[in-house]
Amino acid sequence: MNWTTVLQLALRALWRNKTRAMLTTLGVVIGVGSVIAMLGIGSGAQQRIAAQLASMGTNSLVIRSGSVTRGGVRTGAGGITTLTRDDADAIAELPDVVAVAPSLRDTAQVRYRGTNWGTAIQGVTPDYTIVRSWPLAEGEFITRRHVLGASHVCVLGQTVARELFGLTSPLGESIVIKGMACQVIGVLTEKGATAWGSDQDDAIFAPITTVQRKIKGITHIERIELEASDREASFRLIKEIKRLLRQRHRLREGQPDDFRMYNRAELAETSEESARVFTWLLGSIASVSLLVGGIGIMNIMLVSVTERTHEIGIRMALGARQRDILWQFLLEALVLSTAGGVLGIFLGLGGALAVARFSALPVTVTPVSVLVAFLFAGLVGVFFGLHPARKASQLRPIEALRYE
Amino acid sequence: MNAAPLLQIRDLQKAYVLDGVTIQALRDIDLNVEPGEFVAIMGPSGSGKSTLMYILGCLDVPDAGNYQLHGQDITRMDGDQLATLRNREIGFVFQNFNLLPRTSALENVETPLIYAGIGKTERRKKARATLERMGLGERLYHLPNQLSGGQAQRVAIARALVTQPSLLLADEPTGNVDTATSAEIMTLLDELNRQEGLTIVLITHEQEVAKHARRRLFLRDGRLEMQA
Repeated sequence: MNWTTVLQLALRALWRNKTRAMLTTLGVVIGVGSVIAMLGIGSGAQQRIAAQLASMGTNSLVIRSGSVTRGGVRTGAGGITTLTRDDADAIAELPDVVAVAPSLRDTAQVRYRGTNWGTAIQGVTPDYTIVRSWPLAEGEFITRRHVLGASHVCVLGQTVARELFGLTSPLGESIVIKGMACQVIGVLTEKGATAWGSDQDDAIFAPITTVQRKIKGITHIERIELEASDREASFRLIKEIKRLLRQRHRLREGQPDDFRMYNRAELAETSEESARVFTWLLGSIASVSLLVGGIGIMNIMLVSVTERTHEIGIRMALGARQRDILWQFLLEALVLSTAGGVLGIFLGLGGALAVARFSALPVTVTPVSVLVAFLFAGLVGVFFGLHPARKASQLRPIEALRYE
Repeated sequence: MNAAPLLQIRDLQKAYVLDGVTIQALRDIDLNVEPGEFVAIMGPSGSGKSTLMYILGCLDVPDAGNYQLHGQDITRMDGDQLATLRNREIGFVFQNFNLLPRTSALENVETPLIYAGIGKTERRKKARATLERMGLGERLYHLPNQLSGGQAQRVAIARALVTQPSLLLADEPTGNVDTATSAEIMTLLDELNRQEGLTIVLITHEQEVAKHARRRLFLRDGRLEMQA
């Protein structure tokens, strides 16, 4: 008996029970479809997180002024005024520190002629663009001279530039921040949203001294970001900076830190790890439905073997050998599962496209996930088809013939 | 004359267990069937007819004794060898036709050729020719439930003959049809035996049917007796 003949027998047998065959296949269709769609959503999220982490600079550390408890009242982060630009300069002296960017932040309603826009004002130094790996789109960034002179200049994020100036170039124009006229000297490129969804482009950057003295009226800073030479150095620098700052802030043993440190490398690893876990989780939930689909195949094949016992007896009387019966039933199961696999691929792609279209989630269906889902479906067919097929082939001819 | 019998049975025994009771279905059976013979095996129900028929048809194996078909010792064969032997040497005609359900007459007749490994075109040709010989040229694509009892049994005979077997085993072939159809089927078997030299072993409990055979044997309590 050759393959095409066995396949024809299998197809004909399935055709005689069209509705049943289709319903059985449906289980696999949904299983394969959801595996593909879920893996697509998972790896889409993974890629998005990777892109965001890359945009933040993964070897960077963030130091923020910490909270303090005074008479039982705990101020939030930033409530302490001990972090200064001198701290930043001291940190810059440490080995393996590539760049340091002290900053502070305020919010203000910004005006340009008839329009206005509420946004964040960041006081920064020239190294800010290096630490954030954030290039300029046009013009120039804040220079050392601007910082020394507390100049009335600013650089716009893309969102602010668009909201205040539309399509015209803001270079050389003057905007008003809290009653202070400020000349626009540059515009940054688009950076996108952070991992937690805030728009990084919705900000104005001014010399740190300008924001300290002329906008907020303070002498301390709120934040120091720094770029380490590599990931390992960033982990080592955490300890060194901690020691350095405690010493500079004259903290005694037992006193809590008056600053907080975040390691973006650590954050990156955590996020990447959780994205991977997320993908696995989605994938395994979907695999369960594929497994259920496989059990559906086995169930129907077992019913079919019992129902067709007499037919199997007739075939044996006519000269069918064990392997002829085995292959017929195994092929029936395989046809069901692979047909389900093919349809499931389309369902999965369609589902992934629909999710990508109707939600903000990015979806990436990789050829590998399609191939894996399809092969898994085939495996399910063999695995769950083998038992019923063996059962059919091992029937004794006279018992099968007598069965009514 | 050809000295070798087509079928040679010596001292055959078969018992089976039913509800914990061992029943000796066949005892000390000796039987020779020469090529071209038409033998009827008669007996009341429970006499062991069906058991003998299954063993003759290589669907079951004896507990003891010797059975040679066309010079081949079937007691030494495994399941697949028996399947091949059934396919090549034996054509079955059953009381309840045993056609494959929801399968056309043509495909039913093709089935043994599939297991013989014959290609599709030749299969079709042979199956069609055999059905036409049975006068069923108009019924090729009918399903079993669209055929009368006589037509169904003729499809079954066509299916038994399409492989050109050396032995036709008919188990109560007229058990499920009316008297007129019964006569028609027996005439067909007579013709096949006389004109084509087909060896037939017929199992029946009806005297009328058994009369068509040229030799009649009687099975009683598992023992085979000659009958005048």
